[in-house]
Parts: sequence; structure tokens; C-alpha cells
Amino acid sequence: MSELVLRTEAIGKYFYEPVKFRVLDDISFEVNKGEFLTMVGKSGCGKSTLLYLLSTMDTDYDGRLFIDNELVTGQSEKKLARIRNEKIGFVFQFHYLLPEFTSLKNVMLPALKLGKYSPEEIEHRAAEKLRLLDLHDIMNKPASKLSGGQQQRVAIARALINDPLIIMGDEPTGNLDSKNTAIVFDIFKMLTTEHQQTIIAVTHDNDFAKSSDRTIELQDGRLLSHKKVWGEV
Amino acid sequence: MRFSVNTQIAITHIVSRRKQTLVAALGVTVGITAFVFLNSLVLGFNRFFDNTVFKSMPHLRIFHDDEVSQPLLDPATHVVVNPRILNKGKNLINPDAVLKAVQSHSQVVAAVQWVTVNLFYTSGKSQVAGQGCGADIIQVDKMFDIRSTVVAGDMQNLKRMPNGVLLGSGVAEKLNLQVNDNITVISSLGVSKSMKIAGIFRTGNSITDKTRCYMNLSAAQTLLREGNAYVTDIYVKIKDVDHIERYDADFESLTGYTAENWKEANETYVAGAKTRAIMMRAISAAILLVAAFGIYNILNMTIMQKLNDIAILKAQGFSGKDVIKIFVTEALLMGLVGTIMGLLLATFLIRLMSRVYIGGDIGYFPIGFEPVVFVLGAIVGLLVTVGAGYIPARNAAKVDPVEIFRR
Repeated sequence: MSELVLRTEAIGKYFYEPVKFRVLDDISFEVNKGEFLTMVGKSGCGKSTLLYLLSTMDTDYDGRLFIDNELVTGQSEKKLARIRNEKIGFVFQFHYLLPEFTSLKNVMLPALKLGKYSPEEIEHRAAEKLRLLDLHDIMNKPASKLSGGQQQRVAIARALINDPLIIMGDEPTGNLDSKNTAIVFDIFKMLTTEHQQTIIAVTHDNDFAKSSDRTIELQDGRLLSHKKVWGEV
Repeated sequence: MRFSVNTQIAITHIVSRRKQTLVAALGVTVGITAFVFLNSLVLGFNRFFDNTVFKSMPHLRIFHDDEVSQPLLDPATHVVVNPRILNKGKNLINPDAVLKAVQSHSQVVAAVQWVTVNLFYTSGKSQVAGQGCGADIIQVDKMFDIRSTVVAGDMQNLKRMPNGVLLGSGVAEKLNLQVNDNITVISSLGVSKSMKIAGIFRTGNSITDKTRCYMNLSAAQTLLREGNAYVTDIYVKIKDVDHIERYDADFESLTGYTAENWKEANETYVAGAKTRAIMMRAISAAILLVAAFGIYNILNMTIMQKLNDIAILKAQGFSGKDVIKIFVTEALLMGLVGTIMGLLLATFLIRLMSRVYIGGDIGYFPIGFEPVVFVLGAIVGLLVTVGAGYIPARNAAKVDPVEIFRR
């Protein structure tokens, strides 16, 4: 029996603009440790919305969310920030690095915020993560001078710096060519198998979803399937 | 030195947009310069005027005020009364004991028995009206710093010459008199006395210089046809000049006579000084306000441009408080740079201004390096920038990352 890292209980959410609208309804599922989970669905089905709920950034929902067997729903803003810092790594579709900082500094920032290690150790660990992603030669380049694929890999390194329980990706490969998509996929795969980290990624890419461990399919804000492997209805 | 993450981020933002930082800082610079300069000006002017005023006027004057007659009958009886000023004389009874009582107060720096006599200075046919002050010149010097105003002769000589007189420069010029010349003075009671000029003084206040002379107490008493126990006033110099009104009651109960402080005697001057201070403060506050708006605007703009970065920081676990800290630190850094430049510029301006020669009684422009104003300027500068930075920073803290990422 594998360990649970994330659990939702009947999560639902309304959008109020332009009209009141139930964007998510009765979503309950569980995610195990070391699982590579993808979320698919047509655009507007609520999958990104769900991901932001799971990331604790969006707190306006009903139902309950547990991360690492701890109730997250209703916690203070400060506590949620701490949970994001410590337990969740985030990778976005658009790379979203801080442009004034070097790649190394971008990777270091979440760890400096966490303050678990000394700054020297953090620098060492950040360099290690960049090496893992084959980026050590652009370590001291400002983030704004990197190519798209490089930026996305730096963003992944940043998501990994605090050894989070869960790495969440909002279309992490949506903006990449097939070569870079393959690189990112391999990194994710390696993280789940070798480091027992959990991946939850929203994607449009069917091949990407098919190669993952499990796929959650959403339709009109409801869970269509989640127990089965992609393709078996 | 190692900074916290938030400070590091703030410094990076500041350094990577030097131009904007400089513009915001310059706003603060102008504000602080104006604040420090104007306040130093007010302080310098007030100090100058205080010095001028206290060259001829005591901090506190103790005298026998006029009394109004009271009915002798029991107050319960209804009578028609016609109150009059009692003609009891103006002198203090047992002036030596009164002087001792005054000197026993801890605030007193100097106290002197004083007799004023209205007189005419005559030399040949010319006559000039004036005022003779009879008092111990050594004590008077402690009070009015006579020594520094003496332009000819020697103040000490007065002590040795029973009929000596220390004459105002205006009188001396009008009557064409020099040191050691003789002068005849005629008091308002018609007593005429030949006196010898021991020295000539010039205070810069033309009314004083054109009318006043100092003489020994005994000479003044003679001119008033009174004996050596006749003293009308005791002049007092105290330590805490600015809060002199606190001690009035002390002196009144010590002596039993009326005590009048310089503020009561110079209400116009005090009101003028207050008005000047308020005006300058209002002007400097307005300039500081403009500087604050500069900081507010630039920080608001920075935050609008950095919405993405704020969202990323929040996604990575930076809380709203951290975001506030980052942007308030940025405001503080801009304010720090601006304040330091402002203090330097103000120092330069003050130095420049203090070398400007105005002439007349004033001489050089009465402005100086006032440490209190500089410290106050630094504090105000930093407070204003932090205040102006806090409002946009609080808005930045409210940025919803989800809304940004959804775009």
C-alpha cells in the first residue's frame, strides 16, 4: 500500500464573473507518493482551476483539501505560503523566472526563503540541481538571457530546490518544442522513480499524458475518470 | 554583511532600475534639503533675534507693580468705591534681601539691582533725551554681555569712576563725544550731574544705542534724589529661557513683588517668531509631501510592472508580509539615498548662505549648522518614504497570483 500525499474531498468552486457558474463540482480523488499524474480535459473544463486549488494559491472553494495528511483548507495565508514553500514546487507554462536575477539566484530564492540550510549550502545545492538538469554552464547568466527550453529547465530546478513532496505543472511543456518536451518528460519520470517525488501536471499533450502513470480526465467541472489509465474508459 | 532574502530581492530591484531609483531619490533630496534648510533658517533667525533682544532686555524683571486701593470696610458692606492707584512709590523694600532671595533660586544665572532714570544728555547747546541705567556693571555684563559691545574705552573703568558713564554709540555720535570727555546729564527731576565717559558701546539695536547709558547705581540714585536703598527693579537672567513662564510664580512668591518675563514684555516678537516657524514648517511639509508622492508613484509603477514577479514569489511560498517587506525596503532604500543626498545638499547650501553678507545690524546671514534639524530631517525623510512606500506595498501584497497566471 503506497503512501497518500494529496487527497481532495468533494471540492467545488464557483466563478462569479461574468455570471455565477459552477466551474468545479464534487471532485474527490487521491494521489500517491511517487506518482506521475496528469490532468487532461478540453479547455475551460476547469483543470487549471483545479490545479491552482491544489497548489493552495486559490482558497475560494468548498470541500476539503489534504496535503501530506494535513488539512489545508481554511489555513492562514502565512501558513499556506509556508506549505507552498516547503512541500510544493511549481512549474508554469510560461517560464516565469525573475528576469533581474541569474539562473542560480532564481533557483536559490525559495530555499533562502525556507531557511533550512545556510546560504553557502543553498548555493551548493542549487548548483547541484542545475547540474542535474545539465544547466551548470549557464548558472551565472541572467534569466532574461536564456532560451525558452533553458528557462523551463531552470524553472524546474527552482521547483526542486526544497525537495518538495509534490511538483505541480501547469502545461509545463506547452511552450516547448518536441526535443525539449522529451527532456522535461524524462526529468519528471526520473524524479518520480528515483526521488519518489510526486508530479501533478495539467497538459494538452495526449502523448505526454499517455506516458504518465495515471491520468485524471475532467469534463465540465466534473471528474470523468481517474482510476483508469488513459484510454480505458 | 548578509541580508535577508527579502532585502536581497529589494536591492536587486533597486540596482537593476537605477534611473527610476535616482529620480525617486531626487524627489526626497529636494524635500529634505528644503526641510533642513528652512528649519535651520528659522532656528538661526530666532537665535539671532533672541541674542539681539537679550542684549538690552532681561529674561525676567522683578518690580513693584502699581496697587489699586481697596475699600477699608468689610467686603460684605455695600459701599460706593472709587478705586485709585496708590501712590506708594515704586521702590523695592530692602532690595538687598530681595536680591539674595532671587539669587537663591536654582535657575538664576545672574541677578542685578537696577534703577532706570529718564534724562537728557547735554553737551554745549545740544540735548538728547535718553535713559540712564544704574546697576553693577559686572553683573550687567553677565546678563547683556556688555563687554563684547564696547567699541571704545573700557567697561571696567566704570567701576572705578563714581561719576563714570558708559554711553551708547548713537548718543556719542550725536553729541560728538569721545572717551574721557565730560558730559552733563539732567534727570527728569531736574538734577544735573557732570559725568565722565568711561566707554562707548554699540549693541546693533539702534534704539538702545541712541538712548541708553550705563552708570553706577549710586549715580542713578543721586539723579533721582534718592538714597542708596532706592532700587526699582531686579533684572534676572535664568538658564531655561524658552520655558521662563514656568518660574514666574517662584519668583513672585520668593520676593513678594511682580515678576514679568520677556515673553509677556514682547508678545509681538514672540508671536512673530511663532508665525515664522509655522510658515516655514508648512512650506517644508508641502515640499516633503510632494517628495512622498514621487516615491508613491514610482513604487506604484514598479509594482504594476512587477505583477508577474510578485505572483511567482507568492507561488514559491513568499507570503503577503514578505512582499510588503520587499517593497517597503525598496522605498526605504530610495529614501535613504535621497535623505543622505538631501542632508549633504543642505549642508552645502547652509555653508553658502552663512557666507552671504547682509550688512546692518545682522552682518552675515544668521544661519548655522543645526544638529537637531539634521537629525530631525533624517528621521522625517525616512518616515515619509516608508509611509509613502507602505501603501503601494500593501496593494502588492494583495495581488492574487492565480489571476496573474490565468492571463
